[in-house]
Amino acid sequence: MTTDLDALEAGVADLLSDLCTPERLAAVEGDLDRQLWEALESAELTRVGVPEEAGGSGGSLAESAVVLRLAGERAASLPLAETSMIVGPVLAAAGLAVPDGPLTVGLGEVTAQRSAEGWRVRGLLRRVPYGGLADTVAGMATTADGRLIFRVPTSATKVVAGRNVAGEPRDDIAVDIDLPPTSVAAVPEDAEREIRLRGALSRAVLVAGAAQAALDLSVRYAQERMQFGRPIAAFQAVQQHIAGLAAEAAAARAAADAAVRVCGHGFGSAAAGLAVAAAKARTAQAAGTVAAIAHQVHGAIGMTQEHPLRFTTTRLWAWRSEWGGERQWTQHIANVAVSLDDQDLWPMLVGM
Amino acid sequence: MTRQALVPPIAEVPPEVEQLRVEVRTFLAGELSGGRFTPRCDAWLAGWDEEFSRALARRGWIGMTLPPEYGGHGRSTLERFAVTEELLAAGAPVAAHWIADRQMGPSLLRFGTDQQKQRFLPAIARGECFFGIGMSEPDAGSDLASVRMRASGGDGGWILDGTKVWTSGAHHAHALVVLARTEAVDPDNRHGGLSQFIVMTDSPGLTINPIRLLTGEHHFNEVVFDGVVVPDELVLGTIGNGWQQVTSELAFERSGPERILSTYPLLAHVVACVRLSGDGSHHPQMGALLARLWTLRQMSLAIASSLGGGVAADVPAALVKDLGTRFESEVIELARLVLDVEPDPTSTDPGARLLAQAELHAPGFTIRGGTNEILRGVVARAVGLR
Ligand SMILES: Cc1cc2nc3c(=O)[nH]c(=O)nc-3n(C[C@H](O)[C@H](O)[C@H](O)COP(=O)(O)OP(=O)(O)OC[C@H]3O[C@@H](n4cnc5c(N)ncnc54)[C@H](O)[C@@H]3O)c2cc1C
Repeated sequence: MTTDLDALEAGVADLLSDLCTPERLAAVEGDLDRQLWEALESAELTRVGVPEEAGGSGGSLAESAVVLRLAGERAASLPLAETSMIVGPVLAAAGLAVPDGPLTVGLGEVTAQRSAEGWRVRGLLRRVPYGGLADTVAGMATTADGRLIFRVPTSATKVVAGRNVAGEPRDDIAVDIDLPPTSVAAVPEDAEREIRLRGALSRAVLVAGAAQAALDLSVRYAQERMQFGRPIAAFQAVQQHIAGLAAEAAAARAAADAAVRVCGHGFGSAAAGLAVAAAKARTAQAAGTVAAIAHQVHGAIGMTQEHPLRFTTTRLWAWRSEWGGERQWTQHIANVAVSLDDQDLWPMLVGM
Repeated sequence: MTRQALVPPIAEVPPEVEQLRVEVRTFLAGELSGGRFTPRCDAWLAGWDEEFSRALARRGWIGMTLPPEYGGHGRSTLERFAVTEELLAAGAPVAAHWIADRQMGPSLLRFGTDQQKQRFLPAIARGECFFGIGMSEPDAGSDLASVRMRASGGDGGWILDGTKVWTSGAHHAHALVVLARTEAVDPDNRHGGLSQFIVMTDSPGLTINPIRLLTGEHHFNEVVFDGVVVPDELVLGTIGNGWQQVTSELAFERSGPERILSTYPLLAHVVACVRLSGDGSHHPQMGALLARLWTLRQMSLAIASSLGGGVAADVPAALVKDLGTRFESEVIELARLVLDVEPDPTSTDPGARLLAQAELHAPGFTIRGGTNEILRGVVARAVGLR
């Protein structure tokens, strides 16, 4: 199992290192990198984690997390998290086909009513990743007697463009459309919870990847940058900083990997909820420290548009606050902890 | 053995200074309601507004401490402190005159010739002459003494060749104060042979290229000097004395309220949101930050009042800048927890916008004006560690 993941990791890393150069990242800034999408698509990497029957490439959550972490490390500009980890699997579980092309997802206030052909879906999805640029957007709607999941071609929606601090599109999408039954399916009450958990988990995984990139860039720069006649890596202050960065990157990776492992058994359990909350909160903490140290080590040049560090650090700042900031997730953990009897806190932490 | 005090004695603030604060607040309220500025974080770097600078000058709030014979207002250091603090707390656009007012005024007064004082100081005080600082170079950051910019003497002037980087505001400024080598490096005295020049930005041979910040904003620049001629009358101070002159300005540069208040507009917004929500869960963290701010102000104020008395304050200034710039970043942590919004520089929600400004500018807080590691080196030396 582990060796399979290692092989997958090596293959994806290879592919991405050629396709996500700093020049390329600058060229596709604020855009969806279609060329990269096509390359991943032909390597069957865009829908890992989505069952084959639904149009995916099959594969486990752990496998989709490997691809996603490396995409985070290389600051890939596409809605891979949304397609493969967040909503692709949920559409599939609801019995809907997962369409080709970039798929994204948003939550918001949407209602649905029966119409002659199927459903009339109306409402607003907020801060949808690559909303206006993806081919399909999925969302959840409330009906008179339950919850639906739907998917709609983005071309049939109204898009109000927005951005996160990394310049990635985060658009508001208004829908007001009749959808056929093949685009809509009833879902259980906890489907939205699952989407939120998958969203938060995806950001934890992305942050873990970006933290690794920040570490690599900082180590390399410290060895190259000369001041006072020696590389700044020779200064203990710099060494201590980077060691601290490494510890945070390691914690982020461990938290993300552990949560992926727990959620591999399903998102329905309380343990999955706790694992995602802990991983999201911990990676968010790490993101801030990692970005701050990486910038400190790089000095002024790291703050410039020309330097590739920004692709990583601005994403760390953006991703830590998406799908719920630290407040929401730390509160969840604290709420669970205080709701338990004394003797149950430890079992909660160890998962049994 | 006598120990050196780490901070000068706490300042006693005379009542006329507090009166001045009221005047500034009234002015700022008018500007704000007139829509003449939008509060933002890090406005002393990012808020370039020459109209606003001139409005301040008309009220006598630029060049405050300069003597009246040079167009100044003969006010005390503490009065200037109060005015700048009010402006920064309001997030007002003060970048245009910042360097001229904070640094060049005092520096010219101390090292300038009478002719230089006549030429520049009144214009600075009118808000009509803006300066940039040309110290850093690609290979001379923390190690400033390794500057390569070469100034060769000729008859009646100097010829400058080399490249400066990170020169904030150079593309708008009228003049730069430039540190250059006038003698080859002496390995036994690396700080010798450096000199300061005032270089007009319209000088032939001088090219200013933007270096964009990671946000795409244009604040700092690369300035290329290709045989730029600087007349003798624009040498600042004494040839060969550049290092002493530069380091004597560091206390001004490092201890001011701008090293504490870059994210205050965000903090104020956070407190307002907590007030409205009535949610007490963040009170301990908020109170802790406000205690830090309260203390930092006292330290900065103490240094300001000692600078007025001409006391060397580089060690206290290094301490305050280390503490102050870290506080500026801590504000972001509280804001993220309280506001729980996705930061977005283009948002219409002031919380999302201020948070994005703070987050994206924060890396610079602990780098510009001497990195915190270098500052700690200064402190370590002062307490006797090296
Ligand atoms: C927003 C902004 C505005 C600026 N504006 C101006 C301006 O107007 N004019 C101007 O001249 N300059 C300006 N600067 C430049 C600033 O002064 C330099 O960035 C600063 O001196 C650090 O130099 P550096 O960036 O080359 O970093 P480096 O010196 O390369 O440092 C990189 C890292 O190594 C560490 N390091 C270096 N030496 C040591 C040591 N001996 N011991 C321990 N750690 C060490 C540093 O602390 C830092 O973490 C500005 C910078 C910024 C960020």
